[in-house]
Amino acid sequence: MTGVSIVGAGLSAFGRQPGVSGREMAVQAIRSALVDAGLEWSDVQIAFGGSDGSGLADTLVAELGLTGIPFTNVKNGCATGGSALVSAVNAIRSGSAEIALAVGFDKHGRGAFAPLPEEWGLPVGYGEAGLMVTTQFFGIKIARYMREHGITAPTLAKVAEKAYANGTLNPNAWRRTPMSADEIASADMVNDPLTRFMFCSPGEGGAAIIVASEAVATRLGGRPVSLLSAVTRTRGFGTFEVFAPAIQGAGAPTSVSTVAAAAAFDAAGVRPDEIDVLQLQDTESGAEIMHMAECGFCEHGEQEQLLEKGATLIDGSMPVNTDGGCIANGEPIGASGLRQVHEIVTQLRGEAGDRQVPGTPRLGFTHVYGAPGISACTVLAV
Amino acid sequence: MSTTEPAPRLHGSRCDSCGNVAFPVADGCQRCGQQVMQPIELSEHGTVWGFTVQRFAPKSPPYVPPADGFAPFAVGYVELAEGVKVEAVLDCADFAELEGQAPVRLTAAAPVPRFEVVA
Ligand SMILES: [Zn+2]
Repeated sequence: MTGVSIVGAGLSAFGRQPGVSGREMAVQAIRSALVDAGLEWSDVQIAFGGSDGSGLADTLVAELGLTGIPFTNVKNGCATGGSALVSAVNAIRSGSAEIALAVGFDKHGRGAFAPLPEEWGLPVGYGEAGLMVTTQFFGIKIARYMREHGITAPTLAKVAEKAYANGTLNPNAWRRTPMSADEIASADMVNDPLTRFMFCSPGEGGAAIIVASEAVATRLGGRPVSLLSAVTRTRGFGTFEVFAPAIQGAGAPTSVSTVAAAAAFDAAGVRPDEIDVLQLQDTESGAEIMHMAECGFCEHGEQEQLLEKGATLIDGSMPVNTDGGCIANGEPIGASGLRQVHEIVTQLRGEAGDRQVPGTPRLGFTHVYGAPGISACTVLAV
Repeated sequence: MSTTEPAPRLHGSRCDSCGNVAFPVADGCQRCGQQVMQPIELSEHGTVWGFTVQRFAPKSPPYVPPADGFAPFAVGYVELAEGVKVEAVLDCADFAELEGQAPVRLTAAAPVPRFEVVA
């Protein structure tokens, strides 16, 4: 099987951009990835991409150039970018293309994500009773987790404090103002134990990744990063998901993130403890804590001690979300997964500037998780 | 004078093949994929599996606040003897009562399940 390399990575700006459409952000991200790769749009042989609510990716050819390539739309919630990337990788591996594009983008207004029960197969009563609130799920999950595994509230604040601190070091982040753990902890409670500054917000941005066969990557020169694996999974039986009227099965819920991460590590032939820099879905600070264990980076309950030692900081033993993650960059659903890959590529190339992980990181990992129980993971190497 | 209201019950399904219990009533089994499910009535008692407090009024629509206005309420999952955990509004005098797998009793089945702490 032919190896696959990332030869180009590009982002648009993240955060509020009045007057700029989601499609325009996607085009900016693609052009930036092409420049990064030293390629022209006409070199791209196949493309996959999508947004959750900001238009169809295949219409981007109107701006990019009508080269006639196959361009498949992907709509897969938080896994949109990951699914597009898996398709691009498979196109390279199958030999049907030597250069392929994955793109994700979104532009969500303030207060986006107003789900209706009908859209989730639930009786209207769930909306009338006030249960169609996404943040409740995160509150219930982390509250139980903290009771079970001895995690305390200050640790939640610490995760968000790190996100804002890393955001100040990232010129492309939306939130670039530091915030103290005290300020985060004492902010309005949204759903106990999570305050408003512990959540990411619906955001705006585009991200693009160009993959190529190893032969092409070698020919191009540049600074290729090996994509050792890219995996997406839907939930198995017994998981706990947003807007679930019940959690089926006895005992502790299972996790789609655990399954996807294990599959990504298995396919890459890499262990979690070998990873030098990682991205974990941080929809809110509790999610980052739980995903550390769900993805295999520590035991359940070990997180508090690890954070006490600064393990997840940029200069820690397992730096998490060095670009500020979703909390500092916002959550444009279609773009987040590829934004993560972009950050790991940047770190593995040693080009992350003020937020560069020290030493020479060799192995990186990305993880997204979202409704209705999907996860996408990658393992990257230089 | 007044007729006695029938006690509320939650209706679910049990898989003929693997015994998995689903709520609400389901045509197929999430665990084994078989499509023979028997209707069952779920336990009226359970314990609080997890919960949070809704501190701000949810967006209306779809939310319909009570006549006397919004007040923070608890929402969570109640673990039943059947193994399934059911999402519900949780009534209590003080949210702290819900800690520690508090025993709860079903008080309403619709529009959403509602349980209250057993004193
Ligand atoms: Zn079954």
